[in-house]
Amino acid sequence: MAVVSTRAGRLGNRIAIAAVIVVTLIFLSPIYWITSTAFKPLVLATSVPPTVVFEPSITPFVKLFTKRAQLTTPVDPAVYEAAPWWEKLVLDGGERLSRDGRGEVVFSAYPDRFANSLIIAVTSTLLAVSLGTITAYGFSRFRVKGEADLLFFILSTRMLPPVVVAIPMFLMYRAVGLNDTHIGLIILYTAFNVSFAVWLMKGFIDEIPKEYEEAALVDGYTRMQAFFKIVLPEAATGIAATAVFCFITAWNEYAFALILSNRRAQTAPPFIPSQVGTGLQDWTVIAAGTVLFLLPVAIFTFLLRNHLLRGMSFGAIRK
Amino acid sequence: MAEIELRHVNKHFGPLQVIRDVSLTVKDREFVVFLGPSGCGKTTTLRAIAGLEDIDSGDILIDGKPVQTLRAAERDVAFVFQNYALYPHLTVYENMAFPLRAVRMNRAEIDTTVKSVAGSLGINHLLKRRPSALSGGDMQRVAIGRSLVRRPKGILLDEPIGSLDAKLRETMRVELKRLHVENGSTSIYVTHDQVEAMALADRIVVMHEGILQQLGSPADVYEYPANMFVAQFVGSPVMNMKTADMRETAGKVQVSLDGTDVAFDFPSELAGKLSAGKAQKDQLMLGVRPEGVLISRDAQDGYVELVAGIIEPLGSHDIIDLKVGDGILRARTKSAYVSAPGQKVWARIDPAQAHFFDATSGISLGVRF
Repeated sequence: MAVVSTRAGRLGNRIAIAAVIVVTLIFLSPIYWITSTAFKPLVLATSVPPTVVFEPSITPFVKLFTKRAQLTTPVDPAVYEAAPWWEKLVLDGGERLSRDGRGEVVFSAYPDRFANSLIIAVTSTLLAVSLGTITAYGFSRFRVKGEADLLFFILSTRMLPPVVVAIPMFLMYRAVGLNDTHIGLIILYTAFNVSFAVWLMKGFIDEIPKEYEEAALVDGYTRMQAFFKIVLPEAATGIAATAVFCFITAWNEYAFALILSNRRAQTAPPFIPSQVGTGLQDWTVIAAGTVLFLLPVAIFTFLLRNHLLRGMSFGAIRK
Repeated sequence: MAEIELRHVNKHFGPLQVIRDVSLTVKDREFVVFLGPSGCGKTTTLRAIAGLEDIDSGDILIDGKPVQTLRAAERDVAFVFQNYALYPHLTVYENMAFPLRAVRMNRAEIDTTVKSVAGSLGINHLLKRRPSALSGGDMQRVAIGRSLVRRPKGILLDEPIGSLDAKLRETMRVELKRLHVENGSTSIYVTHDQVEAMALADRIVVMHEGILQQLGSPADVYEYPANMFVAQFVGSPVMNMKTADMRETAGKVQVSLDGTDVAFDFPSELAGKLSAGKAQKDQLMLGVRPEGVLISRDAQDGYVELVAGIIEPLGSHDIIDLKVGDGILRARTKSAYVSAPGQKVWARIDPAQAHFFDATSGISLGVRF
């Protein structure tokens, strides 16, 4: 019997592994698609059927960071010869780089928008996670009057689809002058995420035995010191998991960024598709912008992957 | 080291009163054990002394100084938790150095102190490990080490060996006793295990429903329980407790149990002693530990014939159930003294080991022979 069940177990394992591979492929295919497009020449980007084998080039990335204009006349061979290799890539595609009065190459808005995304996502994540952690600690450790109601209220802020409040938000932001400001988007994303952070962190902090802090209190530390020296290190896993989720939400947010920012504080998500329709539809540039945009989240998540795994199974394991 | 005193301490959790007017003094260098069933308020009392729990009224004094308004950090006591509460992200060394860093002791001094305490506990080789890599006993040693490094005024221990297995518990019990003898620290120890309490305590505080039931040396508490609760909580197997009916016939005093006609002889002074204790005749309870029930295989003068029920052989001795009416009277005998259930035996209650209580109040009538 044992042998049979082991065989069945092995078969089950294999099926599970096969299923995981299939699911992984399904999830990775759009990423493959966008990444490969980012390295394709423009003509192959929209070819039907899709081209799988091609000679990769970084032309889309050069285009992404520069401003260009369509060539109306063939380029002067002398100019072509004098151009650096990356400019040649653009000239080969039938476009020329825009230059300012002093002949310097004009950069596109992408780096600025990318920086906006970083500033806004990082700051709002820090705020949401720290506020969430402190609030969760309070709920977890002290007798708060109406605790259940307050927690429900905090959760209820997530019950409406955010877009429902888009127009009121827009009007309010215009009235107080928060439109198209970094601080405006930071406040908004923090408000989005803090309720989520409170709930997630409460789960983690509840799991930290309160004896740890009590030991610190008796050992001569204040509540504040105990919080920083004991609770925070113990909650590191939860903080990391919460930070990843908050960061992803803030980083990917599109609708509000589109409505509430247009230039100075615009983040990358509304900027990237706005490139469609300036001149011809250059999908390779959009793909290049998207691929770069994917990287920070991928890196951040990769760095915190161990915490994330533990974080996802939190509550499932009793200590 | 110091004296710890409680004066009329009261504490509620919502409508539930968990400490009821508890007053006691733990003398300098004394080892006092709070003993009681779970929910009796012993842990809450301990936490109140540590400053982890506020009290509603009363005073807590350490070295004569009221501390009930001070933060835990300012009371200069150490606390050992049942689950050890070792900081998982710190090494054993850092765990033990943690209280010293709070008072900003310099590095060299911390190092000397931690190593000397670790040495006395035999855990020097574990200093670089994380708590998760330790066995239960070692975790407990570290937790105790952490409480000792600071040389606090008092050490409070909340069931510190409660989660160890039976064998290790015994080892740690001895170790705790040795440490107390070496360090002479004023200690309060909470447990629900009466064996631990008897083994460790200079004095035992028995608590029940938030009320201090009895305070005394282990021998006092065992031999002269103040009331029926203490009598039945302390000691294993549990003390026999029977309603008693005293009869005087022809100068002989006999006590029958549970309204049956099983009557045991008692010295004739019993009547006088009972009335001196203001006993009400129909409110009498007799408590006797199994070792106070003497058994003979042969008929003897003053012995009553009974039938043996279940026999529990415990190695060093047996516990025999004797049928008395519908109930049983448990007796302790030598191993295999009674061979089988159903056997006839003769029993007597040793008056020196008999305790009389008032059935309503449960309070001991103080009858001693």
